[in-house]
Amino acid sequence: MDAVDEHGEQSVQEASGLAETGTAASRLVMDADQIARACARMAHEVLEANRGADGLVVLGIPTRGVALAERLAAAMSEVEGVQIPVGSLDITLYRDDLRRHPTRVVGRSRLPAGVDDAVVVLVDDVLFSGRTVRAALDALGDLGRPQAVRLAVLVDRGHRELPVRADHVGKNLPTRADERVSVRLGEVDGVNEVTISPGPGEDSTGQNGTGQHSSRQNSTGDSPAGTDHPEERP
Amino acid sequence: MPADQSLPAVPAEVLVVGADLAGAGRADLLIRDGRFADPATAGAGAERIDADGLVALPGLVDLHTHLREPGREDAETVATGTAAAARGGFTAVLAMANTTPVTDTAEAAEHLAGVGLREGHAQVVPVGAVSKELAGEQLAELGLMARSSAAVRVFSDDGHCVADARLMRRALEYVRALDGVVAQHAQDPRLAGQDACCHEGELSGRLGLPGWPAVAESTIVARDVQLAELTRSRLHVCHVSTAETVDVLRWAKARGITVTAEVAPHHLLLTTDEVAGYDPTFKVNPPLRPQEHVTALRDALADGTLDAVATDHAPHARHDKEHAFGEAAFGMLGLETALAVVLETMVVPGRLGWPEVAARTSVTPAHIARLRGQGRPLTVGEPANLTLLDPAARGVVDRDRSASLSRNNPWHGRELPDPVVATFWAGRATFRRG
Amino acid sequence: MRHLLSAGDLSLAEVTGILDLAEEMAQVQARPVKKLPALRGRTIVNLFFEDSTRTRSSFELAGKWLSADVINVSAKGSSVSKGESLRDTVLTVAAMGVDALVIRHHASGAPGQAARWVDAHVLNAGDGTHEHPTQALLDAFTLRRHFRRTEPDRDTFAGKTIVLAGDITHSRVARSNVLLLRTLGAEVVLVAPPTLMPAGVGSWPVATSTDLDEVLPEADAVMMLRVQRERMSGGYFPTPREYTVGYGLTRARLGALRPGVAICHPGPMNRGLEISADAADAANSLILDQVAAGVAVRMSVLYQLLGGEDATPTSSRGDA
Repeated sequence: MDAVDEHGEQSVQEASGLAETGTAASRLVMDADQIARACARMAHEVLEANRGADGLVVLGIPTRGVALAERLAAAMSEVEGVQIPVGSLDITLYRDDLRRHPTRVVGRSRLPAGVDDAVVVLVDDVLFSGRTVRAALDALGDLGRPQAVRLAVLVDRGHRELPVRADHVGKNLPTRADERVSVRLGEVDGVNEVTISPGPGEDSTGQNGTGQHSSRQNSTGDSPAGTDHPEERP
Repeated sequence: MPADQSLPAVPAEVLVVGADLAGAGRADLLIRDGRFADPATAGAGAERIDADGLVALPGLVDLHTHLREPGREDAETVATGTAAAARGGFTAVLAMANTTPVTDTAEAAEHLAGVGLREGHAQVVPVGAVSKELAGEQLAELGLMARSSAAVRVFSDDGHCVADARLMRRALEYVRALDGVVAQHAQDPRLAGQDACCHEGELSGRLGLPGWPAVAESTIVARDVQLAELTRSRLHVCHVSTAETVDVLRWAKARGITVTAEVAPHHLLLTTDEVAGYDPTFKVNPPLRPQEHVTALRDALADGTLDAVATDHAPHARHDKEHAFGEAAFGMLGLETALAVVLETMVVPGRLGWPEVAARTSVTPAHIARLRGQGRPLTVGEPANLTLLDPAARGVVDRDRSASLSRNNPWHGRELPDPVVATFWAGRATFRRG
Repeated sequence: MRHLLSAGDLSLAEVTGILDLAEEMAQVQARPVKKLPALRGRTIVNLFFEDSTRTRSSFELAGKWLSADVINVSAKGSSVSKGESLRDTVLTVAAMGVDALVIRHHASGAPGQAARWVDAHVLNAGDGTHEHPTQALLDAFTLRRHFRRTEPDRDTFAGKTIVLAGDITHSRVARSNVLLLRTLGAEVVLVAPPTLMPAGVGSWPVATSTDLDEVLPEADAVMMLRVQRERMSGGYFPTPREYTVGYGLTRARLGALRPGVAICHPGPMNRGLEISADAADAANSLILDQVAAGVAVRMSVLYQLLGGEDATPTSSRGDA
């Protein structure tokens, strides 16, 4: 049970209300400034690779991918002087692990424009197993036929289970598979930071008390519906 | 047939020691040659039953049973129905006429009585239809049925209401010459539509179930008691289920009208709330009613406005009950649990003493049905129809432990008294708790 | 969610969740590829004991657009007359290895009875005169969109007065809507001639009136319910024209409504009896929107029932 648990991880933190910044258990890997610079750099990279804004449609994967997408699109729009379409693409219904969990809440998809022949820039906060992106590609395929799809992520933490690669990365972050990476953004969480903390079953000394080998599993279980994607109410 | 239902070899004598004789006090009873004899003459070989703590009643008489034979032997037969009756303490059952074919001729009545003699575990008394084919149009051969060896005295179209006022009048007039009684299933067909399946009230309105109101019963009874007065004839009201009908009966009896009435055990305890789950086990005609009716019925049974308890034992094959509620057959089993429910609702709370229980379950029904040998005092010389019961015994009802062929038992899983210890019909033990 | 048998089973949070998801599902209708993989591999049987092309097609599309395998079994005709009990019919169908049964039946309570006999999820697609939960949900979906045109943040129906007029006694749509609208916080007024008001309606959490003209000016939405002409033979009302004069949404009554008040009807309509052509085709009529909402709402409900893990295995068991 490990499909798209980069989202699961964040939400477990969310649900437990833990604010682990700077505690002995977690360490800060990106602060607000670093995040802002990474976003600015990625925005320029996208424009550079695309030779401008033509055909770009920026789609964030809920929840925090949407905030990042809006930041990127805003930055690109300012540089180019044109409104770059930005929206959200919820991939819950395309997950490959739906039947392994209680019914998941579905997030909002808002397509600002058609994707046929567009250059779609998918934006997410953390790239981990790659299954979220695979689901997003399936969803896009049912929406139309983009000319190209690019992937921009704030954090690439490795441990790919599928052949997926990000085109634009805010920070490459080597991690152990059982560690938790948490991204918090001002639009959603009130603060901007990326932290990493030990996985479940580990105490602050880093020892894995349960001896779990396949420690992708959150011992609290990957979220029941409602806590996985903290809802933005329409 | 379960082992305890096969008729045992008849011991020459059975001495019942120390039972409370229907509330009159403890005494011994000796059964010999089908009658009660002087206990002092008991021989050394007599079987002794220690009845300390037990109550003896005259054998129970059920004014209202459906034996389903002939026609629906998959649901019940005379043999299995009377076996269930014996388990419930009954020594006589009146078998309603709505069989296939209907009991509307002397031949049909004699046939059924014959089967009862050969295979019954209780006396089977056929009820004759009031109208041919139960169609409610023409009188059946009431006189021939009365003169037959079946000696029919109770006439009923039960299952259907004799709705036509003129036909009801004629029937009442006619049976006067036969010392007969017309037993009415009071349900105005114009107020109880074809699809109606439960009590019409707050619950049926919420559940979206078509029902019929209490007045569909009481308006017929109000009409019939006045017809009984007009014709100076005997009327009996089957399965009274409403407070409104009780009020009509009180008015009628105060005027001296010759009306008697029965109530079914399920109407003394179960309310329409049981229907909330759409379980057809609780679908019955007349339907279960709200609590205020249950209360009124208990009051009326206590003060004698309701003369008798009658089971309306209505067995149904599973495939007739396992339908949507609105399409399932009406009816519940009742013979084996009737006395238990009477104890629970009337004796335990002190509403009836044993003499009144004997009256409501044996003496009065026998009188209404003109059954000479039943409902008799427990004295020397009388036929030995006897029900021995343990008022303290209780148990959880298990529908699968039943002598009936059917399983539509509304009491399954309920904790109730389990009183019947032994039943003797004409001196022969038809049931013994094993 | 294991079954959807009654609109009263849903909490406000669940209703909101279903309606929000239906908004997402509605987008699928506009796509070139009308498919979502969420229910791939699931098997849904539409077990209809009563004819209904519209509802059945709506459920069929809903299941198929979610990639489920959907088959239609028509069990029309009384099981009594065919000699097969309801239980046997349901168990036989479920024995094929079915994840969900969508049951429409002419007798109240039948889907609930079926739910006791099988392991599959059971969805009530209309049972007798008892309930029609997905109809109430699509009515609520349509009304919510309507209210949000002027109040975009509206989550509930608090402060709104909804009038339901017609044959309440025999209307499963009315019963489900009363429950759902109350959950959403609306004030509900039922209007019908006394003969078409259910027994015990005084205990329902609604206001009642036999005077349509008295309540129309207060309404934020009016839902006209179908009246069957056959009811005349039961003596419920003397003639259709008398019914229309007393209880129909005539052109004159249309004028008595405040501007922007929504007009709804679950269909099929008896134009000219309970609803005039003018009302049905008025600018503020939501009737077509209701029809369009059906598939999206049913997709949402099917996802809620089948989109996650199963708590129990999906073999059929013959429990008593």
